Amino acid sequence: MSDVEAGLVGSPDSTGAPAGAPVLEIRGLTKSYGGIEVLKGIDLAVGENQAFALIGASGSGKSTLLRCIDLLEEIDDGDIFLDGEPITVPGLNPVPIRRKLGLVFQAFNLFPHMRVIDNVTLGAIKAQKLDHTEAREAGLALLARFGLESRARDYPDRLSGGQQQRVAIARAMLTRPRALLLDEVTSALDPELVGDVLELIRELKQEGATMILATHEMSFARDVADQVCFLEDGRIVEQGSPEQILSAPREAATQRFLARLIKANRL
Amino acid sequence: MSTQYTLTTREDRARARRRRSRRHMAISGISAVVVLGGLTARILTASGWPTFHRTFLSGHWFAVSFGSILSGFWLDVRMFLIIEAGVLALALAIALIRTFDTPVLFPLKLICIGFVDVMRGVPTILLIYLFGFGVPTLNLKGLPTDPVVLGGIALGLNYSAYVSEVLRAGLMSVHPSQGSAALALGLTPAQALRTVIVPQAVRNVVPPLLNDFIALTKDVALVSIIGPQEAARVAQIFQAQYFNFTPLMAAAALYLCVTIPLIRVVDHLQWRRIRQRGSALALGPR
Repeated sequence: MSDVEAGLVGSPDSTGAPAGAPVLEIRGLTKSYGGIEVLKGIDLAVGENQAFALIGASGSGKSTLLRCIDLLEEIDDGDIFLDGEPITVPGLNPVPIRRKLGLVFQAFNLFPHMRVIDNVTLGAIKAQKLDHTEAREAGLALLARFGLESRARDYPDRLSGGQQQRVAIARAMLTRPRALLLDEVTSALDPELVGDVLELIRELKQEGATMILATHEMSFARDVADQVCFLEDGRIVEQGSPEQILSAPREAATQRFLARLIKANRL
Repeated sequence: MSTQYTLTTREDRARARRRRSRRHMAISGISAVVVLGGLTARILTASGWPTFHRTFLSGHWFAVSFGSILSGFWLDVRMFLIIEAGVLALALAIALIRTFDTPVLFPLKLICIGFVDVMRGVPTILLIYLFGFGVPTLNLKGLPTDPVVLGGIALGLNYSAYVSEVLRAGLMSVHPSQGSAALALGLTPAQALRTVIVPQAVRNVVPPLLNDFIALTKDVALVSIIGPQEAARVAQIFQAQYFNFTPLMAAAALYLCVTIPLIRVVDHLQWRRIRQRGSALALGPR
């Protein structure tokens, strides 16, 4: 099967990364908004084909962390490395780096004035300067894989929330990003629509995608993630395998957070 | 034994609906006939009607003047189309400069703010005078001296100020997350503006934008005060020469031929928007 048939365009990224370097590594990252420190020194590393789950209450800094990684926010201190290369050097043009990452938002953020297929191919055509027909073919193939081939010519507002989010994932996936950043992608969905989207992410993970996902779906994190990391108040409180964090947390804060979820019947 | 209710059938409801719609149609028909018919009758029986008819609705003077007025109107149409294009471009540039912070453009931003303040604050007719007589007085090589061009520029600058404010509102109505999504795809800020932000901004303000354009089609006539013989001016010359106002009516009719279709388009767009978003005036079924 060719890449276009698989719904992917662009060349697989083979940077001269040092062997064994994590795809993404973050060291001592801090970020504040208007004097309030939202991230207070984050360290983490995500290896090839790994899924890294960020859990924690709303306001703990999960979304901000993902936005910092995609260079949508300027960080205050620390470094982020993509394939061993620092990407947060002052003065570095963020545009080529963003092209290597795929970010999916909680609220989908599809472009309402463009058809589904044009949403999916915009990045490939405008940012990666790929051939129009090739991008379109790949986009249609990817939509077909996601079960959305019949909606390609619709405008996003004609789709259900679950379908819109799958389009948003296709949009982020099409150009074969080095890592997918998923920001609570099911939080804005009706409960019966969550399953489809999670199933899709599970598939992408099985195919070897590297991803960081902020999530409130603990069972999903247990299922898919290789590492789970609990964030509270801008700090990583505890990090480890899903079994360890979700079944036998060491830190009191993690235990409190999980206890609240159990009480709310969300675990 | 269960209570005996009187049940309303589907047919009962359909009959009630039909009755109501018949009543509505009858009421609107009758009131239209009464109001419009009464007004018409009142005007036609007024003692001054024959004189009015002779001076304002004379077939003879209409026939005599219409050709010249129509060719004058052609000047209006050309001016309108050219000014319109210029206004759109300049207004978009001003709106973008004012909305987005770029250090390089900071002086330009100050100029734009001053420009919009002044242009919105001076009566259009004064601007046209000042440009029409001021610019030729400068005697600068390369500056136009044709009153059509100068008047057109004055009008264009004036409208650019208004339209830039409409577009600015449109730009601010696009949610910031749209910009984030475009950048996350790897688009440059300029590409994000062009393909994601501006198209949505313009779409959001189409009705007020068209409103300004309807006003512009008519204000083109103001340029005639510094000389150009466009429709209103030609009509006025006829009127002054022959003491008959019919040519003014002819010019008015020509303007309506352009403005009414435009107004209908605006109405249609606004109506469609209301239908999509739901109206604030929804008072339940009637």
